[in-house]
Amino acid sequence: MAKSQVSMTVNGKKVEELVEPRTLLIHFLREQLHLTGPHIGCDTSHCGACTIDLDGKSVKSCTMFTVQANGADIRTIEGMAAADGALHVLQEAFREMHGLQCGFCTPGMITRAYRLLQENKNPTEDEIRFGISGNLCRCTGYQNIVRAIQYAAAKINGVPFQEAAE
Amino acid sequence: MIPGSFAYHRPASVKEAVSLLGSLGDDARAIAGGHSLIPMMKLRLASPAHLIDLAGVADLKGIREEGRDVVIGAMTTQHELIESDLLAKKVPILRETSLLIADPQVRYVGTIGGNVANGDPGNDMPAVMICLNATYHAAGKSGERKIPAREFYQGAYFTALEPGEIVTAIRIPTPAAGHGYAYEKLKRKIGDYATAAAAVVLTLNGGKVASCSIGLTNVAETPLWAEEAGKILTGSTLDAPTVKKAVTAAEAITSPASDGRGPAAYRTKMAGVMLTRALARAKERAGV
Repeated sequence: MAKSQVSMTVNGKKVEELVEPRTLLIHFLREQLHLTGPHIGCDTSHCGACTIDLDGKSVKSCTMFTVQANGADIRTIEGMAAADGALHVLQEAFREMHGLQCGFCTPGMITRAYRLLQENKNPTEDEIRFGISGNLCRCTGYQNIVRAIQYAAAKINGVPFQEAAE
Repeated sequence: MIPGSFAYHRPASVKEAVSLLGSLGDDARAIAGGHSLIPMMKLRLASPAHLIDLAGVADLKGIREEGRDVVIGAMTTQHELIESDLLAKKVPILRETSLLIADPQVRYVGTIGGNVANGDPGNDMPAVMICLNATYHAAGKSGERKIPAREFYQGAYFTALEPGEIVTAIRIPTPAAGHGYAYEKLKRKIGDYATAAAAVVLTLNGGKVASCSIGLTNVAETPLWAEEAGKILTGSTLDAPTVKKAVTAAEAITSPASDGRGPAAYRTKMAGVMLTRALARAKERAGV
């Protein structure tokens, strides 16, 4: 099958590549651009480990063809930290709040939480849990992931992070 | 999982899209959000030689009022339905239903057109459209036509769409101001299809039901319009004995499969429970 030319912006860099139309976006990111942050978990659009940010939407990149993303502006976990290596506030939050154990779900969790906080600067715990309901974690029980997102929201809003009363 | 090879087409107009579908025939499939089709292609349960991506067709987008109707472009995503102030005001059952579909990522991409046109009995919007008495606008090589949602579904994945036709828009008669509504869905987890679900839209007049329409999801090969149950409730105060009679009538038209969501008898009962809850919530919301 003839290859198609695609051009898009990935983590702020212009990318021009040739792809087979059937190439899934997750395969393109991982194997052609060598961005292995987005993970292949379930490969059936359930787990959210492949979540990326695409034109202001959280998208499961295992369920999109690269040609559909032609012209898009994409951000993966690799594009979260600053150029000098300073962690994004969400990355810092996941470290500080122990929001990961094995870390497999973390790139998807952070890119999803990024969009969630873009849309809702001060989410309640329920809104956070609903907002990350497309991302599965098999280690943490979600408790510390929720705390990490609360920590990041507090930091973005410039208020002290307060633990909810037990 | 890697899908089979295909040629990718991205038409810019409905005309171009239906002309491609017409000339390429059975080898071509239209793709909207792709969240039903791409998983099927990854499993090689679908292997179209040509994929016609509708994402570039601007005419298929948007939500607008036209006279007494609300018209929704087929490529409008579930996320856009949730964000729409117009729908929140005029047809709020759509927001409530959208929030129960899949998960946030899927809702950013999945479209209402794909949801209603695919014919999957597990999809939530078809029963809601049947409840609302919506009409689907379809376009094909022989022109455009309108198909009532209540006549659209013929079997699992089998609809009134002819080969080469696509749904372009959904036209909903705006429910009366002050109507009550609810979509109640029982599911095992986020992202699951309904074990059973019920959509209710009703109006009250002096405390009595002036009109009542009921749709049921995933308890038969097609979404169901529980017409008889709606008739039983009309004129009543939604008192317990009448609700029970209507629920029995609704349960009687179901024929669910026994599957991982439970045996058929259980799913029928859950359709009744969802209907009972939806009626109670719709009543609370309705202006007297």
